[in-house]
Amino acid sequence: MKEDILLRVDDLKASIDGKQILKGINLTVRPGEVHAIMGPNGSGKSTLSEVLAGNPAFTVDGGKVDFHGVDLLALSPEDRSHEGLFLSFQYPVEIPGVSMVNFMRAALNAKRKYLNEEPLSATEFLKLMRQKREIVELDNKLASRSVNEGFSGGEKKRNEIFQMAMLEPRLSILDETDSGLDIDALRIVAGGVNLLKTSDNATIVITHYQRLLDYIKPDFVHVLYKGRIVKTGGPELALELEEKGYDWIKEEVDNK
Amino acid sequence: MGSIDQYIDLYLRHRAAFEQDAPEAMNSLRKRALEAIGHNALPEKGAEGYEKTSLEEMFAPDFGVNVNRVAVSADLAASFRCDVPNMSTLLGVCVNDTFYPTKGLQRLPEGVVFASMRTAAQEIPHIFDAYYGTLATLTRPEVALNTLLAQDGVVIYVPDGVTLEQPLQLVNIFSTPAPVLGVRRMLIVLGRGASAQLLVCDHTQPAAKECLSSQVIEIALGADARFEYYDIEESSESTSRVSSLFARQSKGSNLLVNGMTLTCGKTRNDYSIDIDGEGCDTTLAGMAIGTGTMHTDNSSVVRHLAPHCGSRQLFKYVLDDNATGAFEGSILVTPKAPFTEAYQSNKNVLASPTAKMHTRPQLEIYNDDVKCSHGATTGQLDKESLFYMRTRGIPEQEAKNMLMQAFMTDVIDTVRMESLRDRLKHLVEKRLAGAEAMCGECKATCHKVDEDGRD
Repeated sequence: MKEDILLRVDDLKASIDGKQILKGINLTVRPGEVHAIMGPNGSGKSTLSEVLAGNPAFTVDGGKVDFHGVDLLALSPEDRSHEGLFLSFQYPVEIPGVSMVNFMRAALNAKRKYLNEEPLSATEFLKLMRQKREIVELDNKLASRSVNEGFSGGEKKRNEIFQMAMLEPRLSILDETDSGLDIDALRIVAGGVNLLKTSDNATIVITHYQRLLDYIKPDFVHVLYKGRIVKTGGPELALELEEKGYDWIKEEVDNK
Repeated sequence: MGSIDQYIDLYLRHRAAFEQDAPEAMNSLRKRALEAIGHNALPEKGAEGYEKTSLEEMFAPDFGVNVNRVAVSADLAASFRCDVPNMSTLLGVCVNDTFYPTKGLQRLPEGVVFASMRTAAQEIPHIFDAYYGTLATLTRPEVALNTLLAQDGVVIYVPDGVTLEQPLQLVNIFSTPAPVLGVRRMLIVLGRGASAQLLVCDHTQPAAKECLSSQVIEIALGADARFEYYDIEESSESTSRVSSLFARQSKGSNLLVNGMTLTCGKTRNDYSIDIDGEGCDTTLAGMAIGTGTMHTDNSSVVRHLAPHCGSRQLFKYVLDDNATGAFEGSILVTPKAPFTEAYQSNKNVLASPTAKMHTRPQLEIYNDDVKCSHGATTGQLDKESLFYMRTRGIPEQEAKNMLMQAFMTDVIDTVRMESLRDRLKHLVEKRLAGAEAMCGECKATCHKVDEDGRD
């Protein structure tokens, strides 16, 4: 593992509709690492991912996020993407009328423009689509349809990982990627994530259950509760949570 | 004194000139038109059916009328061409309100007419006299005024059993150094089992002054006839139009009307469709893309007068900046029309806080055996979709444009000609991206038509 830092979240606080959800998050991610963020419902896991991706519905109340030397919070969502941040959504939206091809081409060419690169030719683009589709066994028929429209739960998640493969992010946040997946789909999705892993990129896996972590092995496991990371450990922490649930952590924190 | 009076005065002072060389059927109807106007004024904003659009105001400027039929140079007429790639059309051009056929029209199949009213009244008098003015109702002053002033127009006639393989195209152009009222009139008659497609494109030359198009379109479909009418308005901010389309369908006929307002000053479109025979199918679709201070008002009435017919109405608006839109649509199912299936939908996106939309879907049913629905929604672009696209790196404005384009997909999909559908997708995309909306690359001078009118 490298010593340089990919992401440093420092005392991040954020709210929505005047209600503070994140109350001071600290997190450091280095290239090559896989971090799991676990925690009971309503602890702020999805909020953390949305805030990092720049959802304008949330207000950042304080803190800093350094993304390989860039002030992440100062960037628009699109520029965060161009800088190498990717969020795999828990509930990917359906966008009727926008074809996967046009969507992906617009995304890829915007990134290339940002990096001062020429747009891909139609042939190069379609070839890339084909290659990346195979990683998650995404059917060609899905790629020619509107974004996520009429996709099953499993197809939507595979489509997320397909987009991740296309954009080659430096940091991927997978928000509850396992929810709504049967065991076969889970294996395909996790297999795709593992295939895309290099020593230069990193992954944050947000999950409620240990199940996904059998397939995507974390280096660190964090427990998020009431808007703060209250416990950090190795993979064994996830197993302990699976066995004992979250109550003992809640008690630890609430009785402090 | 209302703004209609200046035109009545003009007519009364130059009656002889108005009637000179015009077909008898047109002249004989003027008296009735004049009586119908009587002391009525043009509707003002807020009048029943004209909630947001004042015709009084639209006709108020001192527009000129080409009473003496001064000809525009034929070269000018021939220099316009609205290209649709992969679609070869039989083209006619109407400059202001004078029709110019192209040489391509010599290729029209035997018996088919696409000509000026003056020509058609001589070639097919039995058709012209039997249909002219029979569909348009003179009760509305703007229709009566058009009938009073129209000196010529365009006739399309497809005889019984004839299928036109090649689409017809009519390009309406305003080209004028002074403010002008174009009095446009169209009569379309399809015989029993006949089939045709017509693409109408409205343009205004960039240098043209203020223009107003008053148009009345009458469409009569024989039994089992099929007709597609596409109307793309890409004029200019200084161009307004008041258009009334009347259609009557005989049994088993199929009618598609699609009106797309891409650029205009103020536009009022009235659609009145009588479904007057069993087993008809009717699609009435429309879209408006409003920016700046554009105003688009569509009003529709689809009357079901016979059993076992189906109609669908779909109108969509995207309004940005200070653009305004209005839609008043109705379905009328009479007691004579059991087993009717009729739907109407109006959906709108307001892309800026200052854009405004007025909508009023209506349904009147005097019959129990029907399936009908109607509805309207007005909202903003979906925030979640927008965020999702931005997280993939698509810049906000581009993402908005893509969503607006997607929003219009089902209106474009009503178009049955694939090449035109592709063209429209491209035009709408360009229009949403902020480009001056003009067909293809042509702006001031559209593409030349070569000797025989081919591409």
